[in-house]
Amino acid sequence: MFFETVQAGEETYLDWLLAGLGWTLAVALSAWVIALLVGALMGTLRTVPNQGAVAVGNLWVELFRNIPLLVQLFLWFFVVPELLPREWSLWIKQEMPAKEFITATLALGLFTSARIAEQVRAGIQSLPRGQKAAALALGLTLPQAYRHVILPMALRIVIPPLTSEFMNVFKNSAVAYAIGVFDLTFVSRQMVEESGQVIESLLAATVLYFLCAFLANRGMAFIEKRTRVPGFIATAK
Amino acid sequence: MLANFDWSVIPVSLPFLWQGLLFSLELTLVAMGGGIILGTLLALARLSNSRLLAAPAAIYVDTMRSIPLLMVILWFFFLIPIFTGQPLGAERSALITFTAFEAAYYSEIMRAGIQSVSRGQVHASQALGLTYRQTMAHIVLPQAFRNMLPVLLTQTIILFQDTSLVYAIGAKDLLKAAEISGRNYNRPVEMYIFVALIYFTLSFSLSMLVRRLNKQIAIIR
Repeated sequence: MFFETVQAGEETYLDWLLAGLGWTLAVALSAWVIALLVGALMGTLRTVPNQGAVAVGNLWVELFRNIPLLVQLFLWFFVVPELLPREWSLWIKQEMPAKEFITATLALGLFTSARIAEQVRAGIQSLPRGQKAAALALGLTLPQAYRHVILPMALRIVIPPLTSEFMNVFKNSAVAYAIGVFDLTFVSRQMVEESGQVIESLLAATVLYFLCAFLANRGMAFIEKRTRVPGFIATAK
Repeated sequence: MLANFDWSVIPVSLPFLWQGLLFSLELTLVAMGGGIILGTLLALARLSNSRLLAAPAAIYVDTMRSIPLLMVILWFFFLIPIFTGQPLGAERSALITFTAFEAAYYSEIMRAGIQSVSRGQVHASQALGLTYRQTMAHIVLPQAFRNMLPVLLTQTIILFQDTSLVYAIGAKDLLKAAEISGRNYNRPVEMYIFVALIYFTLSFSLSMLVRRLNKQIAIIR
């Protein structure tokens, strides 16, 4: 059935699926970039000797971890534009290009950033205290100690737990369909409605999701191998 | 901005939201109970010496864990009627889906729990003449369950948040109820903020509870 054309146009179902895969990849990968940057920042904030910074980091994590992703998505899509000044909210509603895609990416990225922040904090705290003490004793400032000693170690330690987060990003990106992103979930539902072929439609999308998760897993395993600190982190597996 | 909000929509829709919340909680509890029981069986199957049991359990768990919950919800919703020949209704379909899906996640937790019990205990109970069933029921599973209680509860918090995804098949959970009354009173913004608060309050207090439990268990061990 994948080479048949859809009722309303000249595209085939395969074209739909590929477009859906493209949007799923676009949402998941851009969200991952946001999540890594914000997550690393928030995770680091939670370990610095400054109560204000720790409080900000903690608040961030609790806020994004305790509200369901779908609800967060609706908050960004329906609620946030209403809270902005009038001109901005009009611009978002009427002129913003790729509004659904940007909203979904932002929501998924920030949601995931809270989970990454938690991993990064655990990674930094798992380092022997002596490393930070030694860096400071050598005369490095605190930012320098983080930049040259603590973060390079901690970020490598957290790669294994980040692997499952990376796979989660692809799975979680499925909620983007709810605000109208033409992703794999959206496509599979559309195919069910157009063709009535339930099993083929769902199977095609499921296999593609499966493939994404699998490739994400392999990709992270490769990075893990390349960035391993020789003789330090348990090389046994 | 804030002056434009009309919070009077909240009290009038409370009874309706309450119904939705009850379904969300029912779904969470049923999926937790069923999921832990099924998950424990899956974990036992996966750890058993018989490949005939271990392989299918492993395939089931790994498949469920690598596809989005949203797709699983759609699968069950469209497939169950094909097998049973009659429509099932979104709510019952959701109950079955979540139990089957969460079983895979709980089973991985229980597997880690079972493996956390030292081998010596299993050997000792075998030496005492206990059967496999007795060993599991009286020695291994109680300890596995206890060691993993905080993780099982954390998974339940995730499960509670994930129940909002039944939105996709139109089951009337808390989120759907909020959406419907938001539309009826033309006040979606207030409704979404309010349900976000409910979800946050419930998840956050439960996670505080887990944190306390974690400390207590850590001391005893």
